[in-house]
Amino acid sequence: MEPYIRPVVIGVMIFIVFNALIIASAILVLAERKIMGFMQQRYGPYLVGPHGMLQPIADILKLVFKEELRPKGADKWLFTLAPILSIVTAFVAFATVPFGAETTLFGFLDEPIKLGIADVNVAVLVVFAVTSMGVYGIVLAGWASNSKYSLFGGLRASAQMISYELAYATSLAAVILLAGSLSLREIVDAQQGFWYLFGVIPVPKWYFFVQIPGFIIYVIAGVAETNRAPFDFPEAEQELVAGYNTEYSSVRFALFPQAEYINMVTMSAVATDLYLGGWHFPGVPPAFGWIVFLAKVSVFLFVYIWMRWTVPRYRYDQLMMFGWKYLFPASVLNLIVTAALVLYFNA
Amino acid sequence: MPETVTFFLFAALAIGASTLVIAQRNPMYSVLLLIASFGALSGLYIQLEAPFVAVAQIIIYAGAIMVLFLFVVMLLNAPKEDGADWDRLHPLRQPGVARWGTLLAVLLIVQLASALMAVREYNTPVGAQSDAATVNSVAAMGRSIFTRHTFAFEATSILILVAMVGAVVLARREGDQ
Repeated sequence: MEPYIRPVVIGVMIFIVFNALIIASAILVLAERKIMGFMQQRYGPYLVGPHGMLQPIADILKLVFKEELRPKGADKWLFTLAPILSIVTAFVAFATVPFGAETTLFGFLDEPIKLGIADVNVAVLVVFAVTSMGVYGIVLAGWASNSKYSLFGGLRASAQMISYELAYATSLAAVILLAGSLSLREIVDAQQGFWYLFGVIPVPKWYFFVQIPGFIIYVIAGVAETNRAPFDFPEAEQELVAGYNTEYSSVRFALFPQAEYINMVTMSAVATDLYLGGWHFPGVPPAFGWIVFLAKVSVFLFVYIWMRWTVPRYRYDQLMMFGWKYLFPASVLNLIVTAALVLYFNA
Repeated sequence: MPETVTFFLFAALAIGASTLVIAQRNPMYSVLLLIASFGALSGLYIQLEAPFVAVAQIIIYAGAIMVLFLFVVMLLNAPKEDGADWDRLHPLRQPGVARWGTLLAVLLIVQLASALMAVREYNTPVGAQSDAATVNSVAAMGRSIFTRHTFAFEATSILILVAMVGAVVLARREGDQ
């Protein structure tokens, strides 16, 4: 292979992933409003384009042409830094998430290339570290706006972060124990093949089937991580106007929901890699793995949206109590049982 | 060459941010600059081919501990450190503080200088040194912590527990039971 092809291919992949994430956030806004409409027995957006399909474009145009406002007492630097921090961490978090098997792109390349931007041997921790930096964007937005509603939103974001993150990390640790690796790609590849229930019934070797409590904890903590209902206290539009982004307008405002939707995609992709076997599906050749991956992520995103329009919001002291008194002990118990079983079956 | 450039970039960022943490008066900015300094340190760890240490640095310090700091600063709504009469002087220039501070600073500089003099392996990257496997591999690092360094590890956890109990005792008001 020519020496310059590999960097070019990686550059193209970065370009595709970057734009795919932007488009995904636009599609998700539309999907969210359509699904919400369906669940509330109405049409949702219907005027722009056929069946309202072009609504995201109208939304973007409207937001770009709005006036940029900044409250008088706001902190000039941090007020601008906050949305940038949110969106940058959202994009960076996806960098270490693999989304397909090794492929030559149907013979286009001589050497196979791994689908995924960076293949790091501690990828699980990198995703965790970068997404945990995302909370600073929200907290800073709340503080820098110099408004009481924003400040409450920011405070709640940091309180929420402290209470769910331990449970989140502990549920990840159980999967790491099962796979014996911190690399997302190795974790996915450890989920190939079948287990045989009672020696006959084949079950795909996905960690979901042996980690159901861990999976539930991961989903709950993931919803809290992305600040989605029922854990959207930083925003809480009924109590706090719009929480941390009350004072924002125009593109600065648009970056916050966009970061939220990109974070949802990242959480779903990581859940697919960790628990649902990534791009492996019985009977599908590895070359089409990325389509399987996309399908699994879409199902996950639908569940996310479904949850938002089904479950009412908690109070934030309730989340802290729930996080510390139930979620964290449950995840520790799950980790201990998993560790014991891994030790028993490996011995 | 690119390694040298990024090294000096991260080093300058770490030193600059750490200096500004104590040199400017807004506690909110201090917290943020400390986070930036931790980020630069973790960049240096990556350059030393120790990705696990780098990520742990971000998760534990920049991610978890600094969120607590930020929470406290926001909750107490700490004012900017200016206004009061006794505070006209920069805190470091007040007489009592200044003497102790100078003493401690001299001590630190002497220690740093002697430590740097003692190091002989300047030009060997960590990845090429004898204990490289320990730094690179998570498994080897875990084994090393729980066998060779068990005592230090457990002693540290007790130290943290003592600090936590102390904080709770200090935070309790006089009249509380």
